[in-house]
Amino acid sequence: MIDDDRVFKALADPTRRFLLDRLFARDGRTLSELESELEMTRFGVMKHLRVLADADLVVTRRSGREKLHFLNPVPIRLIYDRWIDKYTERQVSALADLKSELEKQA
Amino acid sequence: MTMTTSTQLTTTQVYRVYIRATPEAIWEAITKPEWTARYGYGGLVDYDLRPGGAYVGRASEEFKAAAAAGGNPVPDIVIDGEVLEADPPRRLVTTFRMLMDPDIAAEGFTRVTHEIVPGAGGVTALTVVHELDGAPRLAAIISGSLESEGAGGGYPWILSDLKSLLETGAPMAG
Repeated sequence: MIDDDRVFKALADPTRRFLLDRLFARDGRTLSELESELEMTRFGVMKHLRVLADADLVVTRRSGREKLHFLNPVPIRLIYDRWIDKYTERQVSALADLKSELEKQA
Repeated sequence: MTMTTSTQLTTTQVYRVYIRATPEAIWEAITKPEWTARYGYGGLVDYDLRPGGAYVGRASEEFKAAAAAGGNPVPDIVIDGEVLEADPPRRLVTTFRMLMDPDIAAEGFTRVTHEIVPGAGGVTALTVVHELDGAPRLAAIISGSLESEGAGGGYPWILSDLKSLLETGAPMAG
């Protein structure tokens, strides 16, 4: 079950954001590839990948003998649609209201 | 730039969303035009749900009108493909070619797998795997990376909207 808390928690760490950025640049990587880009033990990288997978930001698929990690942007989109969009819309309409108020007075 | 030992590049994209709905409801929402008209790009699908059956996606009248108004008219049929596997309500595999634009159509057929897996508490996982070998233009559109250019938000947007429709009875506003 996906939930906003897990996504925010997963994103609240620079190493995990770095891993997502690496997958954004090129998707479908093995643990070994991801590990080679970080000054961190394999175990440490696995732990971070597990947090990302629990938040569903990373989805793994088998390809032959390899396990590939894919960036799943849907949870971020859900947060965007649930939180960001709402507030930017309000700001935009607040600015529009302000503009029309000021123009009325002019 | 340092070289890393790398496996072959993958062009596959993977998307997953959890929806509070039954696998049957999700299957219907993917395969029936009366549902697909209500979320995402609002296209009208037509699947012949057996191996070798045809798959066609038609643009809605609103979509066609908006595209024409924007100076990029689209044909009636914007997606075509073939059903490779249909195992309701769990698994649907089709080929997929987008015909909206000649350059994208020329990239040829790609392959889409929908996997529907029920979980605990009435929540079902929908995973979409799109294999996009040789289709970089299509890949850019469906990933949503061209959204600011008016190409829509791709799968992240479609699946967010589908979740909203099935859980609340209404797609997202705007």
